Amino acid sequence: MRASVAVFTALLTTLSCLAPAAHAFTIYVTNERGNTVTIIDSETLEVTGTIDAGARPRGITISPDGSELYVCASDDDTVNVFDTKTMKRKHTLPSGPDPELFVLHPSGNPLYIANEDDNIVTVVDVKTRKVLAEIPVGVEPEGMGVSPDGKIVVNTSETTNMAHFINTETFDIDTNVLVDQRPRFAQFTDDGKLLYVSAEIGGTVSVIDPTKGEIIKKIEFAVPGILPEALQPVGVRVTEDSKKVFVALGPANRVALVNGETFEVEKYLLVGQRVWQLAFSPDQKFLYTTNGNSNDISVIDVEKEKVIKSIPVGEQPWGVAVSPE
Amino acid sequence: MKHLLQYCLFVLSAVVAMPSYAADPISVKVGILRVERERPLPLSRLDLPPDDLGFAGATLGENDNNTTGRFLGQVYETITETAPPEEAAAAMDAMIDGGVGFIVMMGNAGDVIDLSDHAAGRDVLLLNAQAEDNMLRTDECRANLLHVASSRAMMADGLAQFLMWKRWRKWLLIVGSHPEDEAWAEALRRAASRFGGKIVEERVFKDTGGARRTDTGHVQVQKQIPVFTQRAKKHDVVIAADESDVFAGYLPYHTWDARPVAGSAGLRPVGWHPGNEAWGATQFQRRFEKIANRRVRTLDFQVWLALRVIGEGVTRTSSADPKAVRDYVLGSDFELGIFKGTKVNFRPWNQQLRSPVLLANDRMIVSVSPQKEYLHQVSQLDTLGYDEPESRCSLN
Repeated sequence: MRASVAVFTALLTTLSCLAPAAHAFTIYVTNERGNTVTIIDSETLEVTGTIDAGARPRGITISPDGSELYVCASDDDTVNVFDTKTMKRKHTLPSGPDPELFVLHPSGNPLYIANEDDNIVTVVDVKTRKVLAEIPVGVEPEGMGVSPDGKIVVNTSETTNMAHFINTETFDIDTNVLVDQRPRFAQFTDDGKLLYVSAEIGGTVSVIDPTKGEIIKKIEFAVPGILPEALQPVGVRVTEDSKKVFVALGPANRVALVNGETFEVEKYLLVGQRVWQLAFSPDQKFLYTTNGNSNDISVIDVEKEKVIKSIPVGEQPWGVAVSPE
Repeated sequence: MKHLLQYCLFVLSAVVAMPSYAADPISVKVGILRVERERPLPLSRLDLPPDDLGFAGATLGENDNNTTGRFLGQVYETITETAPPEEAAAAMDAMIDGGVGFIVMMGNAGDVIDLSDHAAGRDVLLLNAQAEDNMLRTDECRANLLHVASSRAMMADGLAQFLMWKRWRKWLLIVGSHPEDEAWAEALRRAASRFGGKIVEERVFKDTGGARRTDTGHVQVQKQIPVFTQRAKKHDVVIAADESDVFAGYLPYHTWDARPVAGSAGLRPVGWHPGNEAWGATQFQRRFEKIANRRVRTLDFQVWLALRVIGEGVTRTSSADPKAVRDYVLGSDFELGIFKGTKVNFRPWNQQLRSPVLLANDRMIVSVSPQKEYLHQVSQLDTLGYDEPESRCSLN
């Protein structure tokens, strides 16, 4: 009997190795109120598991090789690191108090964490789990973006209303760009030529030329029947070719699709309520949105520019990360 | 000697490495003036005013402005002063003579008018952080005066919108016997008529003086309040207008009819609440608690807010000139995030900061007005308080 189980297991293992893996990836969603991470299979778009993720999980990201999942446990003042194979917690990283958002260097190390309480960005080595630097920034640091070459990390400070450009070698700030009220998120294009910074309360997205440190365009939003105050841009993602920019508009329950060349808004896609953060599938065919007030995520077909499905997750979904292929 | 030289070089390089604009930093001097009066003790010892009331908010505002200023070559300095009413004007003069360009005032409506008139013609911008009187926004406006404190009318309208949303239309209004209680009641009556509330009955709770707090005082209260509130006309909610803090705190759980209480107790419209955690407010609360070792009071928030208005004006204009800052913050480009879910700016006709109204119980936020069903052609925030056609001020 025991032998047959072993054979069966071996067979299963072989089968799963042989199975086509081209599009198999996993979507991870933090549920801020549920204190969990929901795990979703990309093929079936079904929830395959839910794990405890610590107190008030928000920011979430994954290592470039897909082996480690990093989750900000804001109320535990720590970053939890999960082994994506077992989904067991491996260890924690020192984060400083109330970590909310972070960004991983393109090489997979280090991790740059915004600490809202202390007006600093903490740089943590994910291997040695040591703090490499603490960089003083503006009041209430929040959004974190990294240039594709890894040379610049951009932090946004919500009360100072700036994007701070941090040199990742010297940890000095070499440029500050004033943007609109309450900047939430910073996203470079894959060619590094543009930086998008969303301002939640200002209701705009600033398009910044990173080499000059200047704003070249401010994107504004308008949806008939929606109060202008409800158009609050938060998460931003840009396709590889820099042509399509997706902006989550919070309580307006819409994702704006912006032309990455003209910076005009082309479309508003109706998603769930209080849409917050966004993540692409590795092939960029799909975009996933977390909808905090309707407890679900929406799946957007990037090419067709349509919302194709919504998937119920835990309570108050906040962040989303997708494993590499 | 060599060591000294090395040390000097080190200091020099440290200074150079600071992310500052060494050439000509902008110096911004802000005065914080608190007009002091004797006040009776509060009904609850939890409401005893801390010594640094308002000033702690100024410290945080100065810190926040300097954190931002560090990147722009701006240095903010705050000068605080407490004065009795008769010495307030002299204290203000001393501040202006010392190079202060902005003064945040904590005082009543009379102080605010007197001080604004006193400063007329001088190169200084005044910000009212405390007085909620409607007349400062409807008749007694001053060009050199901005209001960051919300008016009584804004507070009353915010409460009324929520009560209408609940369909609690019938109000029993209980009014204190002091002038400020009557002023608050008047704002509530106006809100009732604007939003469709019906005041089915009014009663006056007379302040008969005496000690504010006594041992086992609740024994008598438990008998007095039911008797005072019995045989009222059918009502959905009891509304207390008691700015003087004489009786409202006694109403919840003691009314004859089992009805919720709102206004000066129970569900209160407030400028700030230490339980607010939405829209990033947690970080603000924690920053404050770290420096003050206590929770934020509304006055602290409003002084901080005044400093943020100044800071934002200086940041965006790169100028510490009171006139340039005034022009900018009153203009259409000005906007500020204040942890209440929407950006705020000033009403140009009476220089009142638009603001949502937090509705809170003792421990947490219950709702935030404007309620989304109330629309407005200019700004939804203008469903709160005196709108342009209702105000006799036309400073714009």
